[in-house]
Amino acid sequence: MIGGLFIYNHKGEVLISRVYRDDIGRNAVDAFRVNVIHARQQVRSPVTNIARTSFFHVKRSNIWLAAVTKQNVNAAMVFEFLYKMCDVMTAYFGKISEENIKNNFVLIYELLDEILDFGYPQNSETGALKTFITQQGIKGQPQTKEEQSQITSQVTGQIGWRREGIKYRRNELFLDVLESVNLLMSPQGQVLSAHVSGRVVMKSYLSGMPECKFGMNDKIVIDKQGKGGTTDEPGKSGKQSIAIDDCTFHQCVRLSKFDSERSISFIPPDGEYELMRYRTTKDIILPFRVIPLVREVGRTKLEVKVVIKSNFKPSLLAQKIEVRIPTPLNTSGVQVICMKGKAKYKASENAIVWKIKRMAGMKESQISAEIELLPTNDKKKWARPPISMNFEVPFAPSGLKVRYLKVFESKLNYSDHDVIKWVRYIGRSGIYETRC
Amino acid sequence: MPAVSKGDGMRGLAVFISDIRNCKSKEAEIKRINKELANIRSKFKGDKALDGYSKKKYVCKLLFIFLLGHDIDFGHMEAVNLLSSNKYTEKQIGYLFISVLVNSNSELIRLINNAIKNDLSSRNPTFMCLALHCIANVGSREMAEAFAGEIPRILVAGDTMDSVKQSAALCLLRLYKTSPDLVLMGEWTSRVVHLLNDQHMGVVTAAISLITCLSQKNPDEFKTCVSLAVSRLSRIVSSASTDLQDYTYYFVPAPWLSCKLLRLLQCYPPPEDGAVKGRLVECLETILNKAQEPPKSKKVQHSNAKNAILFEAISLIIHYDSEPNLLVRACNQLGQFLQHRETNLRYLALESMCTLASSEFSHEAVKTHIETVINALKTERDVSVRQRAADLLYAMCDRSNAKQIVAEMLSYLETADYSIREEMVLKVAILAEKYAVDYSWYVDTILNLIRIAGDYVSEEVWYRVIQIVINRDDVQGYAAKTVFEALQAPACHENMVKVGGYILGEFGNLIAGDPRSSPLVQFNLLHSKFHLCSVPTRALLLSAYIKFINLFPETKSTIQEVLRSDSQIRNSDVELQQRAVEYLKLSSIASTDVLATVLEEMPPFPERESSILAKLKKKKGPGAVSVNELEEGKREGGELNGGGERGGDSSAIASTPSPSADLLGLRAGPPVTAAAPSAGSLLVDVFSEAGRSGALRFVCKNNGVLFENQLLQIGIKSEYRQNLGRMYLFYGNKTSVQFVTFTTTVTCPGELQSHILHIHTWNSLEPLIEGGAQVQQVINIECLTDFSDAPLLNIKFRYGGALQNLTLKLPVTINKFFQPTEMASHDFFQRWKQLSLPQQEAQKIFKANHAMDTEVLKAKLLGLGMALLENVDPNPENFVCAGVIQTKAQQVGSLLRLEPNAQAQMYRLTVRSSKDTVSKRLCELLAEQF
Repeated sequence: MIGGLFIYNHKGEVLISRVYRDDIGRNAVDAFRVNVIHARQQVRSPVTNIARTSFFHVKRSNIWLAAVTKQNVNAAMVFEFLYKMCDVMTAYFGKISEENIKNNFVLIYELLDEILDFGYPQNSETGALKTFITQQGIKGQPQTKEEQSQITSQVTGQIGWRREGIKYRRNELFLDVLESVNLLMSPQGQVLSAHVSGRVVMKSYLSGMPECKFGMNDKIVIDKQGKGGTTDEPGKSGKQSIAIDDCTFHQCVRLSKFDSERSISFIPPDGEYELMRYRTTKDIILPFRVIPLVREVGRTKLEVKVVIKSNFKPSLLAQKIEVRIPTPLNTSGVQVICMKGKAKYKASENAIVWKIKRMAGMKESQISAEIELLPTNDKKKWARPPISMNFEVPFAPSGLKVRYLKVFESKLNYSDHDVIKWVRYIGRSGIYETRC
Repeated sequence: MPAVSKGDGMRGLAVFISDIRNCKSKEAEIKRINKELANIRSKFKGDKALDGYSKKKYVCKLLFIFLLGHDIDFGHMEAVNLLSSNKYTEKQIGYLFISVLVNSNSELIRLINNAIKNDLSSRNPTFMCLALHCIANVGSREMAEAFAGEIPRILVAGDTMDSVKQSAALCLLRLYKTSPDLVLMGEWTSRVVHLLNDQHMGVVTAAISLITCLSQKNPDEFKTCVSLAVSRLSRIVSSASTDLQDYTYYFVPAPWLSCKLLRLLQCYPPPEDGAVKGRLVECLETILNKAQEPPKSKKVQHSNAKNAILFEAISLIIHYDSEPNLLVRACNQLGQFLQHRETNLRYLALESMCTLASSEFSHEAVKTHIETVINALKTERDVSVRQRAADLLYAMCDRSNAKQIVAEMLSYLETADYSIREEMVLKVAILAEKYAVDYSWYVDTILNLIRIAGDYVSEEVWYRVIQIVINRDDVQGYAAKTVFEALQAPACHENMVKVGGYILGEFGNLIAGDPRSSPLVQFNLLHSKFHLCSVPTRALLLSAYIKFINLFPETKSTIQEVLRSDSQIRNSDVELQQRAVEYLKLSSIASTDVLATVLEEMPPFPERESSILAKLKKKKGPGAVSVNELEEGKREGGELNGGGERGGDSSAIASTPSPSADLLGLRAGPPVTAAAPSAGSLLVDVFSEAGRSGALRFVCKNNGVLFENQLLQIGIKSEYRQNLGRMYLFYGNKTSVQFVTFTTTVTCPGELQSHILHIHTWNSLEPLIEGGAQVQQVINIECLTDFSDAPLLNIKFRYGGALQNLTLKLPVTINKFFQPTEMASHDFFQRWKQLSLPQQEAQKIFKANHAMDTEVLKAKLLGLGMALLENVDPNPENFVCAGVIQTKAQQVGSLLRLEPNAQAQMYRLTVRSSKDTVSKRLCELLAEQF
């Protein structure tokens, strides 16, 4: 189990140090700083073993979070916890930065006391935590006994993520499908690897204890239905269903039902939460195609031409498009011409960055650049790193579609039709690279 | 970085550096550097020519980035351009960049060399200095190739500035150190030596470093520097402290120069010229005198400088080792330092004294400080100083104070630091053995040693004590008694048990008369320790038990009981189990006579270098001062430690087939017992005759060891019939490493080849001999006609990469082809008379080399191959022999008469044969044999 948890700033100074077990001494703090943060060579492994002690770390901007243990723990569990911890902190005070952590250190210790007990992770549901760990300090009037017992029964009860007696005038539900698409493509346009990792994030403002059911175009479900009833044309359903490689669910989802019927039913927590995560690798819609053209003219000049083509419905608009073209390390000058957007040579990053605000589907745009090089003594050839891209599109590149989200609340008198539902799809680029 | 003056400050650089320092993270730093690099690239690429200032600034930035740990692959050209600037700062940055960043195989090296050449030939001293510094900083072979010729010229040129000369001397020193073959002093030698006379002290200081280094390599060429150095030294030493102005350091005149001069003088023997020597002695005396004077300053720098010169002077005195007066004075001076407050001084004093102790003149003087040193050993806080004190005690020890020193060291051992304990133990063991007046003291000391510091007593120490006890009859009883008493302590060290087990097993009978140490008591005492010991010790104890059975038959049943118990006879350790089983069987089956023979007392060990000493040498490495001297002492002590020279006959305990080397204590690799496959008696024979050349040993015998060294042993076995012979050669690899490309060739030098001897090598050898393996080769020999030379055997092989080449004479002599002829007295004298021509007879009168034992003589003559004729000669003391040498061409009959003269220890040998060469050769061969 986790023996201790440390938070460092970028210099390696300890901001938060919480030790849960005696086997972690004071020197563990320094060991991590010396061997990981201040290591001569950048440490790339998230798990480091120093003197029979394991350090699991994640980095959020300039902040290092490190969990320490001497035991043989489940590493995935530790990382899951660390990510959850980041989520909780973000939910409480926003961005994780040195200043925020310093300003909220009392809160953080309070949280750490709650979500880890003797190194065992406890309830880390933000919604539940917020009921009894508040930032406002002690309220004017102390909580009544009833409220206290309510918290206790919720936290220890079967449905730990939702308290009873929630009431909303408007029953509303927001559902976001957030996907990031990753790609590596050869210069000739051959896909070398591609996958989409997606999340379904919900914000629910529902009264009572509603039972929800979520449906999407999962290939297995669609095929089963296709077999059972012949309402849909087989060709159509085959096209629109997607194959999900793997998925994980929020703890509120009834896994037994998913296993048997592959239906996703749950009692949602109040507020924002991540319902599920999934990954697909088949039939991915690649929103953009990058066509690079690099020509070396002598030893001192390089001509680069890059064409990007948008590959989706013309009615949709892609946003925040950014193409990053790496330049050789001996670049001494760059001239760029582009039709659309703005392009600039960023010396500090050794790249030409081309930004386009908006771009509709089935369009094409191009940039050409002349790069002057300084002759060097180094005989090493330029390695030609891939051209990378960032963008945001208003559809799911995996092809996922929400088919329904039904809400049942038997005790209170509102039905599925009374709930206002909002669905949004956002596709972002993950590592979207094309070799040149 | 250059000092940033106001007009010349590089603001851009300062801003860049402060930006980098302010970076919050590594990523930010890399970004900033990338940006700067791009900026510099665009500036260098730009069409507009850069002025010197900005070039310097950018090169500086590149240098800074490089020093931060990033690769720089451009800007070299700009740096080289800076070299040709006329501004000092620009040139300086250029040189700095080049000496840091340019590697030797760069294409720019020609340009750089050109720029350096220009600067060297310029009249500007600062530029010359910069160029010299750059050469020295790079110091590569290429630099040496380009400038090694130039720099000596600058060094000795009359018009060179002093500061440039200084730089040139140091630069040359650096080049000489990297590539001595390229720096040829030759013609410059005398002028360089004369730099010692230079007016400028700085030049002298720089030059003397160079001269010291050069004269270490070829002392003869620089011999003249001695007198110059002496006069220089005397000028410095006798000068008032104000004379040298800048070179006076805290009232000490030119301390660095003095030290260097003294060190230079240490490269040479004492000067022969009386005047020079007198002056030098005067200097040294002055230095010693000055040390006595009250300090002129309380500052630590003053005393440091003064002491530095003093210690250097003392090491010179020790180096000369010829001035008893000075040596004693030095010793007294050091004696004062022994109690000095300063730890470093105490350390240095002890260290110098160690070397002083080895000089015959000062040994006595050193000995006077024994109390102080012992005190230092006890009270000193610094472990390194204590270590030196122990070294000094060891060095100053002789017969007069051995007991005191050994006792002190022993008592110190109880509290000594763990790091030096083992060394201390070895030293005590060596001193105890070397200066032992009576052996009971020695045994007491070593047993004490084992008791006090048993863990640190290495195997060699207790092997040695056993060797000595076994070799000395007079001490055996005492040893047995002391060991017995020591073993009675409730807790005793395992090493003590080993010594006890061995000695009681051998000599337990000597104390068995006393009822307090009756056999059973002895056995029970030993056996009470048995269960606490490790396996090798238990094995040793088992051997001791079986020896007990032999010594004291009354303990037989008790011991057999012990051996029979499950914990012995079914021990999981193979060695123990085997010993138990075999000893049990041996004791129950063998008769007492057999037991007594098998378990006979160990024979004395052959005398050889003490294994402890070898161990100490190994531990100390070549740096040890006093080991050689000790070794001599050891040789003196040899007669005391005595010990008969008998071959290490290992059959005494041969009943144990397992390697019971621990019992024999012969692990240190004695020269004798590397047993050959042939019989042991042969071996002894070989070594008794080891002084004689290989081939001659085999005149009278056909088998034996032809050659042996650490790697290889060559055994030989031969048989002859008429004019034919066959020789078997056995090549044994004594190492654990295989020999590769093993080839042998047999050649017959000169005329031997053509017609006299016909040699034919049979089965050729495999080119590989595995470690420990033996291979065989057969040689066929045919004698065509008589001969005197022997064929040569050449062996070549590789051992661990090194080529080994051996050439040996094969023991093929003419007498091998003898056919014995029996004849009566009458016939003999008839033939004798027939061979009366003067050239047919060869006679020799010689002194006996060996004892005149009739039986041995007979055996030798028989081995010669002739028939020994009894009752032929009227004088029964004389020997006569007859035989025919069979060659392919002819048969040569030979008669021999040997007349020993017991009183005079002389022999007269007469050989008559039908061929004059044969008689002569036979006579020569035989004269060496008796």
